[in-house]
Amino acid sequence: MASNYTVTPEEILAISGVNPRRCMKCGRCTATCPAFAEMEYHPHQFVAMVESGRIGELMNSRSIYRCLSCMACIERCPRQVDPARLIEAVRLAVERKQGGNHLIPDQVPERLEPDMPQQLLVSAYRKYTK
Amino acid sequence: MQKIGVFVCHCGTNIAATVDVEAVAEAARHVPGVVYATDYTYMCSQSGQDLIKDAVKKYGLTGVVVCSCSPRMHEKTFRKAVDSVGMNPYLLEIANIREQCSWVHKDKEIGTKKAIALMKAAVAKAELDSPLTAGETPVVKRALVIGGGIAGMQTALDIADAGYDVDIVEKNPTIGGKMAQLDKTFPTLDCSSCIVTPKMVEVGQNEKIHIYSYSEVTNVSGFVGNFKVTIKRKARYVDETKCTGCGLCTEKCPMKKVPNEFNLGLNNRSAVYIPFAQAVPKVATIDPNYCLMLNKGVCGLCSKVCGAGAINYKDTDKEIEVEYGAIVAATGYEIMDVSKYDEYAYSQSPDVVTSLEYERLMNAAGPTGGELLRPSDHKRPKTIVFVQCVGSRECDSTRGGKPYCSKICCMYTAKHAMLTKDHYPDTDIYVFYIDVRTPGKNFDEFYRRAVEQYGVHYIKGAVGKVTPENGKLIVQASDLLMNEQLTIDADMVVLAAAIEPSHSARHLATMLTASMDTNDWFTEAHPKLRPVESPTAGVFLSGVCQGPKDIPETVAQAGAAASKVIGLLSKDKLAGNPCVAHSDEMMCTGCSQCADVCPYGAITYVDKEFRMRDRTTKVRRVAQVNPAVCQGCGACTVTCPSGAMDLNGFSNSEIMAEVDALCR
Ligand SMILES: Cc1cc2nc3c(=O)[nH]c(=O)nc-3n(C[C@H](O)[C@H](O)[C@H](O)COP(=O)(O)OP(=O)(O)OC[C@H]3O[C@@H](n4cnc5c(N)ncnc54)[C@H](O)[C@@H]3O)c2cc1C
Ligand code: SF4
Ligand code: SF4
Ligand code: SF4
Ligand code: SF4
Repeated sequence: MASNYTVTPEEILAISGVNPRRCMKCGRCTATCPAFAEMEYHPHQFVAMVESGRIGELMNSRSIYRCLSCMACIERCPRQVDPARLIEAVRLAVERKQGGNHLIPDQVPERLEPDMPQQLLVSAYRKYTK
Repeated sequence: MQKIGVFVCHCGTNIAATVDVEAVAEAARHVPGVVYATDYTYMCSQSGQDLIKDAVKKYGLTGVVVCSCSPRMHEKTFRKAVDSVGMNPYLLEIANIREQCSWVHKDKEIGTKKAIALMKAAVAKAELDSPLTAGETPVVKRALVIGGGIAGMQTALDIADAGYDVDIVEKNPTIGGKMAQLDKTFPTLDCSSCIVTPKMVEVGQNEKIHIYSYSEVTNVSGFVGNFKVTIKRKARYVDETKCTGCGLCTEKCPMKKVPNEFNLGLNNRSAVYIPFAQAVPKVATIDPNYCLMLNKGVCGLCSKVCGAGAINYKDTDKEIEVEYGAIVAATGYEIMDVSKYDEYAYSQSPDVVTSLEYERLMNAAGPTGGELLRPSDHKRPKTIVFVQCVGSRECDSTRGGKPYCSKICCMYTAKHAMLTKDHYPDTDIYVFYIDVRTPGKNFDEFYRRAVEQYGVHYIKGAVGKVTPENGKLIVQASDLLMNEQLTIDADMVVLAAAIEPSHSARHLATMLTASMDTNDWFTEAHPKLRPVESPTAGVFLSGVCQGPKDIPETVAQAGAAASKVIGLLSKDKLAGNPCVAHSDEMMCTGCSQCADVCPYGAITYVDKEFRMRDRTTKVRRVAQVNPAVCQGCGACTVTCPSGAMDLNGFSNSEIMAEVDALCR
């Protein structure tokens, strides 16, 4: 695990395939986001921070784990900025850095709740494991 | 032996910064046939032109090559200059070393090399140039305006005022356009009907103006000064000359469940209808989709009650052909369909409306008699949320989004907010905006008044979701300045839907051979210097069909288009373009391929007698070009398999000489 691991904005752009400069700061992503209350940096801020190179702060922010990957922001964004893709890219960068898994299959049964949608499990695996 | 002069322009630093202009002039001096070459800062200036004229006289030049900007910019200027000293203007060639060279290169060495190559190609062409003389064609002194909105009406009035006949073709049963549907107008808040209906009457009564309402243009042929236009007069089932507009038929018609397009479907009308009380012409129209008589053969009530005997169930579409000297497109705009924007619940709740629908809901002649009542339960809304930029400024077109700003929405939303507050001061109004764009005389002051005087809540942010619930609209939104997510319980949501060109515009542009941009707005000949002319000679643009505009801008542009038309119609004859195609009858095999490709229908075939070597005669079919119709596009010359078609000024041998020079 390399401790001096850094990620440049260019890498985030390459991973996500998104151009944050297209954002016109309309706020539709943030208006839509169901995880708004849980987030430290909201989707439109996230985009602006990637644009201005503040990747380190984002990597340490809990926002990247609060995003539900519901894709609502992608659906609404009129400029094809697709904030969730950027969030996913930063999260991936953190995982590459840490190298480890954050969700161990054995722990899953005890965390399950009856009305939990299956899709959540799938997206949790995507999100929290390498 | 040709004596050619080469003149290299610096265009300030536009060319000189990337092209070594002196080196180009020096290279020219070594090209065979060139007897004089020089460079100068601004060749298009008076002293630059004098330089060319003096050289023509001093060296007895037989051809001139100017290395400068695009011929679209200054070919005319330089042709005029050489013409003034007795040289045929078609002996002048332009080498475009600006748009096609200095502007696209950064490296001076490469730029210079390319400029020299372009210069040599132009010299090679100039060597083969022959003098051409333009023919003349007469001008038909009548103009056609397509679309009878405020743009078309103003253009027609101005043309008529100068003494020329004008016809308006309007697809709807009445003229007036969108402005007739508006309630009050920004920035002065004067009543729209009060200013537009007198204009409609003026148009209707003007002796020089003829209105073809409920009609469409179905074919256009010909060219500037001499267009031939086919107009389809749709069957109205009411004789325009007999109908007095009394409206008795509309009252008696039993078929009353037809969505009223004038009120955007917010209420119903009868199958026989007059769109609104001030319609011009005030003549009834039977809607063939709903009339019981036309569909089921039973009813005929309107005919029985009509005292003027104007109803004619046997009416059919008719086509007429009219000649015009000039054509003006004034087809305006439509409101984009927002039903794909599910998040705003437009299709789910009748209380989510577009801004134009809101105009009708506020209008005294509208479905609610001017009282603001929401469509679902006819109660007065207490909280209204306005959403800006719905479908505008998007790069994703899957839902019909537009990349452009619709321009008028910021102003009309401020208008709606203030008018609502004027009538019902206790209404809570929220406006969600990305930017408030209000440039224009007294425009920003207007918007600030909404905020400061009327207390309209302007929120920098967006609406993410509208959920209809128990008679309310739950609006989830963002407030970016407060970094908050909000929920508002609203009674109505008003969407500032993007505007888009008339859906018939592209078909019309094809008929007119007028160009359009990727959004289907008509393109102007030059974005700054020729804003009301289309690149097609004799076709002009008026109003929103060229791009989003408010009424003041529309009227200004309408007047400008009229003045261009008047300028054209005031001429008795037009100089034609001598760069037209002609066929070599000895080589033509009459294969028809050129006629198939000619977009202007300029080519016909004649049977001609030819004397053969053995003194017999033979009749052969050969192509002939009508020089008045040919636009010199050159499509036929590249198509002709026998090389019989050639274009004056751009002959096959001239083009090949240019290519040879470039390859050398
Ligand atoms: C909600 C709303 C509020 C507005 N409020 C204001 C305001 O307060 N102040 C202001 O300045 N501006 C306002 N505007 C803008 C204003 O409506 C336009 O600037 C104006 O109507 C443009 O006029 P036009 O003649 O170019 O287009 P239109 O009004 O669209 O007229 C075009 C005409 O051409 C006809 N037509 C179309 N295609 C064809 C065809 N192929 N053949 C024959 N006829 C055809 C149409 O039927 C129509 O009659 C508002 C716009 C909206 C949407
Ligand atoms: S994908 Fe993430 S950021 Fe986007 S709306 Fe859903 S939860 Fe919010
Ligand atoms: S929706 Fe898209 S354009 Fe709007 S603020 Fe979010 S990322 Fe930017
Ligand atoms: S004939 Fe048609 S238009 Fe006339 S009254 Fe009957 S339904 Fe109405
Ligand atoms: S150049 Fe040929 S194809 Fe083009 S307009 Fe003239 S005749 Fe038609």
